[in-house]
Amino acid sequence: MNTKAKERSQIKVITGNAAAAIGAKLARPDVVAAYPITPQTEVIEQISSFHASGEMDCELITVEGENSAMNAVMAASLAGGRVFTASSSWGLVFMYDAILATAGARAPVVMVNVNRETPGIIAVSSGQQDMISTRDSGWIFLIAENCQEVLDLVLQAYRLAEDYDIQVPVMVHYDGFYLSYLSEVVDVPFQEDVDQFLSVLKDQPQRTTLKPGKKLGCGSHGILGGYLELRHKHVTAMERSKAKFDQIDKEYEEIFGRSYGGQIEKYKMDDADVVLVGSGSMCGTIKSVIDEKREQGIKIGLLKMRMYRPFPSEKMIAALKGKKAIGVVDRSLNFGFKGGPIYTELKSFESKLEGAKLVSFIDGIANTDITKENVGKMIDMTGDLANGKDVQEVTWVSYPEAQGGI
Amino acid sequence: MSEVRFHGRGGQGVVTTSKILANAFARTGQFGASFPMFGFERRGAPVTAFGRFSDKPVREKTQIYYPDVLVVLDPSQQNSDAVFQGLLPDGMMLLNSSEKEVDVSHENLKKLGVVDANKIALEEIGLPIPNTVIAGAFAKLTGLLDIEPVANALEDYFEGSKLEGNIVCAKRGFEEVALYEF
Repeated sequence: MNTKAKERSQIKVITGNAAAAIGAKLARPDVVAAYPITPQTEVIEQISSFHASGEMDCELITVEGENSAMNAVMAASLAGGRVFTASSSWGLVFMYDAILATAGARAPVVMVNVNRETPGIIAVSSGQQDMISTRDSGWIFLIAENCQEVLDLVLQAYRLAEDYDIQVPVMVHYDGFYLSYLSEVVDVPFQEDVDQFLSVLKDQPQRTTLKPGKKLGCGSHGILGGYLELRHKHVTAMERSKAKFDQIDKEYEEIFGRSYGGQIEKYKMDDADVVLVGSGSMCGTIKSVIDEKREQGIKIGLLKMRMYRPFPSEKMIAALKGKKAIGVVDRSLNFGFKGGPIYTELKSFESKLEGAKLVSFIDGIANTDITKENVGKMIDMTGDLANGKDVQEVTWVSYPEAQGGI
Repeated sequence: MSEVRFHGRGGQGVVTTSKILANAFARTGQFGASFPMFGFERRGAPVTAFGRFSDKPVREKTQIYYPDVLVVLDPSQQNSDAVFQGLLPDGMMLLNSSEKEVDVSHENLKKLGVVDANKIALEEIGLPIPNTVIAGAFAKLTGLLDIEPVANALEDYFEGSKLEGNIVCAKRGFEEVALYEF
């Protein structure tokens, strides 16, 4: 990340949840509807507090469950409002049908999802399984590494979702526990600068909205050709969102002095032979281990995924082709496949990677800590692969019983 | 970078102690990052928190296995193996205890600070919540920062008479912590 000292901002020590709530407040939404769930609850507490004190001039709907939260913000969005909600895990999947409907209606909803393990095995703990359980919903997915990036991505998400050429809902993901409760230094932008950053959205053509008394449809029915037309437009809008996100990242830097690289962030990649691919809070730990390994002369870099849907394949291929070996770290499972979800998806582009070999690491599930030792082990194994040694395809790093592979 | 592990129970303000210290370090132009690890939030359950304090931005997002400093808000955990696990040589410990003579020993423990934080908190804010006393005592024990940034950081967590009372708590923690070297 590039940072320049910003005079027009305020340094605060806040949690990832507070950063999300402040980001939402700065975007001046018309309607917020949400239901609390660990580890997201603080987001709603903060927004309720801003609402009660008058700092936030929005309609706050305290719904009886997450399904209503998503239906409420979808409807408000279709009526032309700017909206926000937040959820996690069980809450996210309880709104699943409404998540699909929101995407189908192309309602530019922005929400944060605080990553936690999903129902099945009850686990109040971190993991990206809830992200994977909703990845095929037609939303744009962005992933934050730290509290600053949570705030920055919430603001960027509005520019992406509400862009006239995109009009696709955006979900900003950040790791529960590791980021939701992490207190660290965050540069909180001034309201005037955020207003300026978002003002572009006012200068574009008006999107179609529901109006009382007008016979106008949003989220249309479609069968056969009509369905194909809507879905094809949705898919092409998601493809357009890749370059748009890169452009928004640049404009963000011009105003706020911070740039992350858009779809992907490259850390010490240029001369790297060996690369780890990761996402979310693990990337901070991976960067610190990379610095230590580089002191030992190991040419290792990190490719951090900031955009997960659409899959940033072109940028990833360009950054990874010709490398000797790539280890993909997944904080979730891909039932039906041995390797993790991001690994499996990247594997489908293997023929374009000019001989780079791929291995899958699964770690960080259900709060198992992605320790520096674990990262070191992943780097060593990927390095072995680069040096022509035989390395098993999939390793559950924190589960020694499965060290023999699947 | 100093790595600090906090041990206590839900309701003692373990998480707030770690936040106050991260905030105080930021006020000195340094960097602080802290996070707790627990399942459901509930009073009485053991809570562990992790704090990293450095003159450079903190990037690590993992738990702390090899702490430089231990902060124990719950005296019943003072000799637990889990508390001492991984303590680095020349390690420090800050203990909340009403005992005049505490029975704490570990081969890597170089410096110990003991403060009756519950008593001070009861006197100043009328509640046995030791966290702000501990935050003040931390500054004295470690010497990593002065008492002013700690006292100033409290304004982000308390207001009115509670803020005034907790500032006194932090200052008394700084003044009254008993230090022992081994």
